[in-house]
Amino acid sequence: MRPHFRAAMLAASLAVTAAMAEDVGQIKVANGQVVVDRAGRPLPARIGMPLAAADVIRTGADGSVGITMRDNSLLSAGPNSVLSLDRFDFDTTTHQGRFESGLQRGTLAVVSGRIAQQSPQAMTVRTPSAVLGVRGTDFVISVP
Amino acid sequence: MIRGVALAATAALLGACATPQPQGSVVLLPDASGKATAVTVTQGARQIVLDQPYAGAQLSSEGPRPFASNAQEVHDRFGAALAARPLPPARFTLYFVEGRDEFTPESKKVIDAIFGEIARRPVPDVQVIGHTDALGADAVNDPLSRQRAEVVRNGLVARGVPADRVVASGRGKREPAVATADGVAEPRNRRVEILVR
Repeated sequence: MRPHFRAAMLAASLAVTAAMAEDVGQIKVANGQVVVDRAGRPLPARIGMPLAAADVIRTGADGSVGITMRDNSLLSAGPNSVLSLDRFDFDTTTHQGRFESGLQRGTLAVVSGRIAQQSPQAMTVRTPSAVLGVRGTDFVISVP
Repeated sequence: MIRGVALAATAALLGACATPQPQGSVVLLPDASGKATAVTVTQGARQIVLDQPYAGAQLSSEGPRPFASNAQEVHDRFGAALAARPLPPARFTLYFVEGRDEFTPESKKVIDAIFGEIARRPVPDVQVIGHTDALGADAVNDPLSRQRAEVVRNGLVARGVPADRVVASGRGKREPAVATADGVAEPRNRRVEILVR
Protein backbone atom coordinates (compact mmCIF):
# COMPACT_ATOMS: atom_id res chain seq x y z
CA MET A 1 0.00 0.00 0.00
CA ARG A 2 2.58 2.48 1.08
CA PRO A 3 4.90 2.08 -1.94
CA HIS A 4 1.87 2.53 -4.23
CA PHE A 5 0.89 5.61 -2.34
CA ARG A 6 4.39 7.00 -2.70
CA ALA A 7 4.53 6.17 -6.39
CA ALA A 8 1.24 8.02 -6.84
CA MET A 9 2.61 10.99 -4.91
CA LEU A 10 5.71 11.06 -7.07
CA ALA A 11 3.62 10.84 -10.25
CA ALA A 12 1.42 13.67 -8.98
CA SER A 13 4.40 15.85 -8.15
CA LEU A 14 5.95 15.15 -11.55
CA ALA A 15 2.68 16.09 -13.24
CA VAL A 16 2.76 19.46 -11.50
CA THR A 17 6.36 20.07 -12.56
CA ALA A 18 6.32 22.46 -15.47
CA ALA A 19 9.93 23.57 -15.48
CA MET A 20 12.14 21.94 -12.87
CA ALA A 21 14.85 24.55 -13.37
CA GLU A 22 12.44 27.29 -12.28
CA ASP A 23 11.43 25.58 -9.04
CA VAL A 24 12.34 27.66 -6.03
CA GLY A 25 11.40 25.05 -3.46
CA GLN A 26 9.30 22.03 -2.68
CA ILE A 27 6.52 21.23 -0.24
CA LYS A 28 7.92 18.57 2.08
CA VAL A 29 5.22 18.58 4.75
CA ALA A 30 1.49 19.32 4.40
CA ASN A 31 -1.23 18.78 7.00
CA GLY A 32 -4.92 19.68 6.77
CA GLN A 33 -6.02 22.27 4.27
CA VAL A 34 -3.16 23.84 2.26
CA VAL A 35 -3.66 25.75 -0.98
CA VAL A 36 -1.12 27.27 -3.36
CA ASP A 37 -2.30 30.34 -5.25
CA ARG A 38 -0.45 30.41 -8.54
CA ALA A 39 -1.19 33.06 -11.17
CA GLY A 40 -4.53 33.74 -9.49
CA ARG A 41 -5.57 30.09 -9.41
CA PRO A 42 -5.84 28.05 -6.20
CA LEU A 43 -4.15 24.63 -6.44
CA PRO A 44 -4.51 22.01 -3.70
CA ALA A 45 -1.06 21.53 -2.17
CA ARG A 46 0.50 18.08 -1.93
CA ILE A 47 3.75 16.93 -0.49
CA GLY A 48 6.34 16.80 -3.24
CA MET A 49 4.74 19.75 -5.05
CA PRO A 50 7.33 22.10 -6.54
CA LEU A 51 6.91 25.81 -5.83
CA ALA A 52 7.60 28.77 -8.09
CA ALA A 53 8.41 32.41 -7.40
CA ALA A 54 5.26 34.47 -6.72
CA ASP A 55 3.38 31.46 -5.30
CA VAL A 56 1.23 32.26 -2.27
CA ILE A 57 0.67 29.43 0.22
CA ARG A 58 -2.44 29.48 2.42
CA THR A 59 -3.24 27.17 5.29
CA GLY A 60 -6.70 26.55 6.77
CA ALA A 61 -7.70 26.37 10.43
CA ASP A 62 -6.38 22.77 10.58
CA GLY A 63 -3.50 23.35 8.16
CA SER A 64 0.28 23.53 8.32
CA VAL A 65 2.95 23.34 5.66
CA GLY A 66 6.73 22.83 5.47
CA ILE A 67 8.84 23.99 2.53
CA THR A 68 12.49 23.35 1.65
CA MET A 69 13.86 26.05 -0.65
CA ARG A 70 16.57 25.39 -3.24
CA ASP A 71 19.16 27.14 -1.05
CA ASN A 72 18.20 24.92 1.96
CA SER A 73 16.15 27.60 3.68
CA LEU A 74 13.30 25.93 5.59
CA LEU A 75 9.97 27.73 5.92
CA SER A 76 7.06 26.27 7.85
CA ALA A 77 3.70 27.87 8.53
CA GLY A 78 1.04 27.05 11.11
CA PRO A 79 -2.77 27.30 10.76
CA ASN A 80 -4.59 30.27 9.18
CA SER A 81 -1.42 31.54 7.55
CA VAL A 82 -0.71 33.32 4.28
CA LEU A 83 2.89 33.07 3.06
CA SER A 84 4.15 34.56 -0.21
CA LEU A 85 7.37 33.58 -2.01
CA ASP A 86 7.91 36.96 -3.63
CA ARG A 87 11.35 36.60 -5.10
CA PHE A 88 14.00 33.88 -5.22
CA ASP A 89 17.25 34.10 -7.19
CA PHE A 90 20.06 31.71 -6.37
CA ASP A 91 23.37 31.05 -8.13
CA THR A 92 24.40 27.53 -7.15
CA THR A 93 28.07 28.22 -7.94
CA THR A 94 28.61 31.53 -6.11
CA HIS A 95 25.62 31.33 -3.70
CA GLN A 96 24.81 34.93 -4.60
CA GLY A 97 21.11 35.61 -4.69
CA ARG A 98 18.08 37.20 -3.18
CA PHE A 99 15.20 35.66 -1.26
CA GLU A 100 12.17 37.76 -0.33
CA SER A 101 9.14 36.25 1.29
CA GLY A 102 6.17 37.65 3.18
CA LEU A 103 3.89 36.56 6.00
CA GLN A 104 0.56 38.34 5.60
CA ARG A 105 -1.11 36.44 8.43
CA GLY A 106 -0.53 33.53 10.80
CA THR A 107 2.66 31.97 12.12
CA LEU A 108 5.92 31.15 10.37
CA ALA A 109 9.13 29.41 11.44
CA VAL A 110 12.25 30.12 9.38
CA VAL A 111 15.70 28.57 9.11
CA SER A 112 17.79 30.59 6.69
CA GLY A 113 19.89 28.86 4.02
CA ARG A 114 22.80 29.45 1.68
CA ILE A 115 21.62 32.80 0.36
CA ALA A 116 21.65 34.44 3.81
CA GLN A 117 24.88 32.62 4.68
CA GLN A 118 26.62 34.08 1.62
CA SER A 119 25.20 37.63 1.87
CA PRO A 120 23.70 38.78 5.16
CA GLN A 121 21.51 41.39 3.42
CA ALA A 122 20.13 39.06 0.78
CA MET A 123 17.22 37.46 2.65
CA THR A 124 14.23 39.39 3.95
CA VAL A 125 10.84 38.43 5.32
CA ARG A 126 8.10 41.05 5.23
CA THR A 127 5.01 41.36 7.35
CA PRO A 128 2.33 43.96 6.56
CA SER A 129 4.08 46.36 8.98
CA ALA A 130 7.72 45.26 9.24
CA VAL A 131 10.75 44.07 7.32
CA LEU A 132 12.99 41.42 8.86
CA GLY A 133 16.60 41.24 7.73
CA VAL A 134 17.92 37.73 8.16
CA ARG A 135 21.54 37.43 9.18
CA GLY A 136 20.82 33.85 10.28
CA THR A 137 19.40 31.50 11.16
CA ASP A 138 16.40 30.30 13.17
CA PHE A 139 13.40 32.43 14.13
CA VAL A 140 9.61 32.61 14.33
CA ILE A 141 7.13 35.31 13.28
CA SER A 142 3.45 35.86 14.01
CA VAL A 143 1.04 38.27 12.35
CA PRO A 144 -2.50 38.69 13.74
CA MET B 1 -5.89 80.15 28.73
CA ILE B 2 -8.95 78.52 27.15
CA ARG B 3 -6.88 77.82 24.07
CA GLY B 4 -4.29 76.10 26.25
CA VAL B 5 -6.92 73.76 27.70
CA ALA B 6 -8.30 73.01 24.23
CA LEU B 7 -4.81 72.16 22.99
CA ALA B 8 -4.20 69.87 25.96
CA ALA B 9 -7.53 68.11 25.32
CA THR B 10 -6.66 67.68 21.64
CA ALA B 11 -3.27 66.28 22.57
CA ALA B 12 -4.93 63.83 24.99
CA LEU B 13 -7.34 62.75 22.26
CA LEU B 14 -4.52 62.26 19.76
CA GLY B 15 -2.63 60.36 22.41
CA ALA B 16 -5.60 58.02 22.85
CA CYS B 17 -5.84 57.50 19.09
CA ALA B 18 -2.16 56.60 18.92
CA THR B 19 -2.41 53.65 21.33
CA PRO B 20 -0.01 51.19 19.71
CA GLN B 21 -1.82 48.59 17.64
CA PRO B 22 -0.30 45.10 18.01
CA GLN B 23 0.96 43.90 14.64
CA GLY B 24 2.61 40.62 15.53
CA SER B 25 5.90 39.48 16.95
CA VAL B 26 9.28 38.02 16.07
CA VAL B 27 11.45 35.75 18.24
CA LEU B 28 15.01 34.63 17.53
CA LEU B 29 15.55 30.96 18.39
CA PRO B 30 18.81 29.38 19.54
CA ASP B 31 20.93 28.23 16.59
CA ALA B 32 21.19 24.44 16.52
CA SER B 33 24.92 24.58 15.73
CA GLY B 34 25.60 27.24 18.37
CA LYS B 35 26.63 29.89 15.82
CA ALA B 36 25.96 33.58 16.44
CA THR B 37 22.79 34.62 14.65
CA ALA B 38 20.69 37.75 14.32
CA VAL B 39 17.55 39.17 12.79
CA THR B 40 16.94 42.87 12.24
CA VAL B 41 13.38 44.08 12.72
CA THR B 42 12.54 47.33 10.93
CA GLN B 43 9.30 49.30 11.06
CA GLY B 44 9.61 52.60 9.24
CA ALA B 45 12.61 54.45 10.68
CA ARG B 46 12.79 52.26 13.79
CA GLN B 47 14.95 49.17 13.92
CA ILE B 48 15.95 46.71 16.61
CA VAL B 49 18.35 43.79 16.33
CA LEU B 50 17.57 40.42 17.89
CA ASP B 51 20.85 38.64 18.57
CA GLN B 52 20.27 36.57 21.72
CA PRO B 53 18.30 33.31 21.98
CA TYR B 54 14.61 34.05 22.66
CA ALA B 55 15.08 37.80 22.17
CA GLY B 56 11.76 39.02 20.80
CA ALA B 57 10.24 42.08 19.15
CA GLN B 58 6.59 43.10 19.46
CA LEU B 59 5.53 44.78 16.25
CA SER B 60 3.23 47.77 16.66
CA SER B 61 2.10 50.96 14.99
CA GLU B 62 4.72 52.72 17.15
CA GLY B 63 7.58 50.53 15.99
CA PRO B 64 9.18 47.34 17.30
CA ARG B 65 9.51 46.89 21.08
CA PRO B 66 11.96 44.39 22.56
CA PHE B 67 10.73 41.65 24.88
CA ALA B 68 12.12 38.43 26.32
CA SER B 69 10.44 35.23 25.18
CA ASN B 70 11.21 31.65 26.19
CA ALA B 71 11.01 28.08 24.95
CA GLN B 72 7.58 27.43 26.48
CA GLU B 73 5.99 30.53 24.97
CA VAL B 74 7.47 29.74 21.55
CA HIS B 75 6.18 26.18 21.80
CA ASP B 76 2.69 27.38 22.76
CA ARG B 77 2.39 29.97 20.00
CA PHE B 78 4.43 28.40 17.20
CA GLY B 79 4.10 24.69 17.93
CA ALA B 80 2.21 23.88 14.72
CA ALA B 81 4.60 25.86 12.50
CA LEU B 82 7.64 24.27 14.17
CA ALA B 83 6.12 20.78 13.91
CA ALA B 84 5.68 21.28 10.14
CA ARG B 85 9.35 22.11 9.65
CA PRO B 86 10.93 19.82 7.02
CA LEU B 87 13.80 17.54 8.04
CA PRO B 88 17.06 19.45 7.61
CA PRO B 89 19.12 18.26 4.64
CA ALA B 90 21.34 15.24 5.43
CA ARG B 91 24.90 15.78 4.23
CA PHE B 92 27.33 13.21 2.80
CA THR B 93 30.75 13.52 1.20
CA LEU B 94 32.29 11.28 -1.45
CA TYR B 95 35.95 11.21 -2.40
CA PHE B 96 37.39 9.97 -5.64
CA VAL B 97 40.32 7.66 -6.23
CA GLU B 98 42.87 10.18 -7.46
CA GLY B 99 42.60 10.95 -11.15
CA ARG B 100 39.71 8.54 -11.72
CA ASP B 101 35.91 8.52 -11.75
CA GLU B 102 35.94 5.81 -9.11
CA PHE B 103 34.92 6.16 -5.50
CA THR B 104 37.26 5.20 -2.68
CA PRO B 105 36.22 2.04 -0.71
CA GLU B 106 35.04 4.24 2.23
CA SER B 107 32.89 6.22 -0.18
CA LYS B 108 31.16 3.05 -1.36
CA LYS B 109 29.83 2.62 2.19
CA VAL B 110 28.64 6.23 2.15
CA ILE B 111 26.57 5.45 -0.94
CA ASP B 112 24.60 2.88 1.07
CA ALA B 113 23.95 5.51 3.73
CA ILE B 114 22.76 7.95 1.04
CA PHE B 115 20.22 5.43 -0.23
CA GLY B 116 19.08 4.76 3.34
CA GLU B 117 18.46 8.48 3.80
CA ILE B 118 16.58 8.75 0.49
CA ALA B 119 14.33 5.84 1.54
CA ARG B 120 13.63 7.48 4.91
CA ARG B 121 12.16 10.67 3.44
CA PRO B 122 8.62 10.90 2.04
CA VAL B 123 9.46 13.16 -0.95
CA PRO B 124 13.24 13.20 -1.26
CA ASP B 125 15.26 15.35 -3.61
CA VAL B 126 19.04 15.28 -3.90
CA GLN B 127 21.57 18.04 -4.53
CA VAL B 128 25.02 16.95 -5.72
CA ILE B 129 27.64 19.66 -5.28
CA GLY B 130 31.16 19.33 -6.66
CA HIS B 131 34.23 20.99 -5.15
CA THR B 132 37.85 21.36 -6.25
CA ASP B 133 41.03 22.22 -4.40
CA ALA B 134 42.58 25.67 -4.70
CA LEU B 135 44.87 24.80 -7.62
CA GLY B 136 43.94 26.79 -10.72
CA ALA B 137 41.52 29.56 -11.67
CA ASP B 138 37.73 29.65 -11.30
CA ALA B 139 37.44 29.33 -15.07
CA VAL B 140 38.99 25.86 -14.74
CA ASN B 141 37.63 24.82 -11.35
CA ASP B 142 34.00 25.80 -11.87
CA PRO B 143 33.44 23.44 -14.82
CA LEU B 144 35.63 20.76 -13.18
CA SER B 145 33.57 20.82 -9.98
CA ARG B 146 30.33 20.59 -11.96
CA GLN B 147 31.78 17.69 -13.97
CA ARG B 148 32.58 15.82 -10.73
CA ALA B 149 29.05 16.43 -9.52
CA GLU B 150 27.65 15.13 -12.83
CA VAL B 151 29.63 11.91 -12.45
CA VAL B 152 28.07 11.34 -9.04
CA ARG B 153 24.63 12.38 -10.24
CA ASN B 154 24.83 9.85 -13.08
CA GLY B 155 25.93 7.21 -10.59
CA LEU B 156 22.93 7.88 -8.35
CA VAL B 157 20.55 7.83 -11.32
CA ALA B 158 22.10 4.57 -12.57
CA ARG B 159 21.44 3.09 -9.12
CA GLY B 160 17.77 4.02 -9.27
CA VAL B 161 17.29 7.59 -8.01
CA PRO B 162 14.75 9.29 -10.36
CA ALA B 163 16.70 11.62 -12.68
CA ASP B 164 14.39 14.57 -12.08
CA ARG B 165 14.96 14.37 -8.31
CA VAL B 166 18.75 14.93 -8.54
CA VAL B 167 20.38 18.24 -9.42
CA ALA B 168 24.13 18.65 -9.94
CA SER B 169 26.05 21.89 -9.46
CA GLY B 170 29.64 22.98 -8.86
CA ARG B 171 31.12 25.38 -6.31
CA GLY B 172 34.62 25.39 -7.79
CA LYS B 173 37.18 26.20 -5.09
CA ARG B 174 34.89 28.53 -3.09
CA GLU B 175 34.07 26.17 -0.23
CA PRO B 176 37.11 24.09 0.76
CA ALA B 177 36.70 21.42 3.43
CA VAL B 178 40.25 22.20 4.54
CA ALA B 179 41.43 25.81 4.35
CA THR B 180 44.55 26.25 2.21
CA ALA B 181 46.35 29.11 0.49
CA ASP B 182 45.27 29.70 -3.10
CA GLY B 183 47.07 27.45 -5.57
CA VAL B 184 47.55 24.57 -3.09
CA ALA B 185 46.64 21.00 -4.13
CA GLU B 186 44.68 19.24 -1.37
CA PRO B 187 42.97 15.85 -1.95
CA ARG B 188 40.48 16.42 0.89
CA ASN B 189 39.06 19.36 -1.02
CA ARG B 190 38.54 17.36 -4.25
CA ARG B 191 35.21 16.02 -3.23
CA VAL B 192 31.54 15.84 -3.96
CA GLU B 193 28.98 16.75 -1.35
CA ILE B 194 25.53 15.18 -1.41
CA LEU B 195 22.50 16.69 0.28
CA VAL B 196 19.46 14.49 0.70
CA ARG B 197 16.58 16.86 1.39
